[in-house]
Amino acid sequence: MKAISHHVPDAMLAAYAAGSLPYPFALVIASHVSLCIECRAALEAHQGIGGALLESAETVAVSDGLKADILARLDAPYTPEPVHRRKGALPGPVMSALKGREPRWKSLGMGVRQDILHAGKEGSVRLLYIPPGQAVPDHSHNGLELTLVLQGSFSDATGRFGVGDLEIADEDLEHTPVADPGDACICLAATDAPLRFRAIVPRLLQPLFRI
Amino acid sequence: MHLRIAVMLMLDLDTSRAGPIVPVMPSEEGKKVSQENTELSQQTVWMLAVRDNRDSEAFAALFDFFAPRLKAFIMRSGLSAHQSEEIVQDVMLTVWRKAAMFDPHRAQVSAWIYQIARNRQIDILRRERRPMPEELHEEPGSEADASQILALEQEARRLKAALGQLRPDQREIIEKAYMGELTHQEISQQTGLPLGTIKSRIRLGLDRLRHELRELKS
Repeated sequence: MKAISHHVPDAMLAAYAAGSLPYPFALVIASHVSLCIECRAALEAHQGIGGALLESAETVAVSDGLKADILARLDAPYTPEPVHRRKGALPGPVMSALKGREPRWKSLGMGVRQDILHAGKEGSVRLLYIPPGQAVPDHSHNGLELTLVLQGSFSDATGRFGVGDLEIADEDLEHTPVADPGDACICLAATDAPLRFRAIVPRLLQPLFRI
Repeated sequence: MHLRIAVMLMLDLDTSRAGPIVPVMPSEEGKKVSQENTELSQQTVWMLAVRDNRDSEAFAALFDFFAPRLKAFIMRSGLSAHQSEEIVQDVMLTVWRKAAMFDPHRAQVSAWIYQIARNRQIDILRRERRPMPEELHEEPGSEADASQILALEQEARRLKAALGQLRPDQREIIEKAYMGELTHQEISQQTGLPLGTIKSRIRLGLDRLRHELRELKS
């Protein structure tokens, strides 16, 4: 596998560590970190800063009974959260978002398929399946778009993106990602605003597909 | 688990015979404990006793140190004292239950607890599960490395020293950023200022973390 060459910017990792990213972006960053040693190390360093701040934080005394309460509960039975692990091309955080199920692909035409994992007022995040040689319809953005490659690769005006690579596109980038020959390209794509398509037909379809 | 016991012996830290642990008060004394470069910090010793020996006295000591800090930390986000204490309780219970996940090669106790606390706050505030990276697991037969643990502790001490040297206004911005009070855009715009000051510290620690992470696989 080729080394990952497009990483998470530091400010975004700090925001992720602090929990400031909206859910769609947080899912993409958690997925990238699952694939990328570099960014995991950087994230853990940011958590180190958070920890250092916590250690030197001011203190507020806790209620008298709190410690006794918690000590009494230490060995009470509890049900651990289910842990979803990587399955094929899909890293653990994506499997968690899918709650362990297989993707339910819906056609967008031209062989392109999607499964919307989450759509809300903070934005949306979806899996995209793009056959080799196929383009994602020409679009620009109202906000920020993060695209993480999980399988295959794609190229656009800014370069080539392989497994683990993260593309960050903002309002200024009007791009046409095309899946490279070989395996179909599977991406995890998050936006904080609806995409704008240039062609009139995709624009009409937009509400239908919730892109 | 036997590898972990081995590292404890290497470090001459047989916690089962450590006797009653003196809680570190939240004062200057607490900081002095970690000045010696060849010793683990008191918090790491407590956490390893919790992880490896399920030592509830050591857990009580961790509670005494972290609970009042966590409460103050959580109240900053606007929650009442009562709600904050509920979260403190959840966080400390998670520390006990997930102790096996604590890896002193990669994280300080405070960093690990910080991350648990932010997760819990977000789960409650947004009523959604915060996406987390897949956990890494030690490869079978991997050796615990005492020098790596000590190196990380040393790095963390330097980081704290660097944070301590920030001007109050810089410190305020860093605190806001790491307590989730700034958006990603706001953090990006602030990068030039205090983040830069401590960034070199992070970088130094990064090489070691990277090395450590390569030994693991998910």
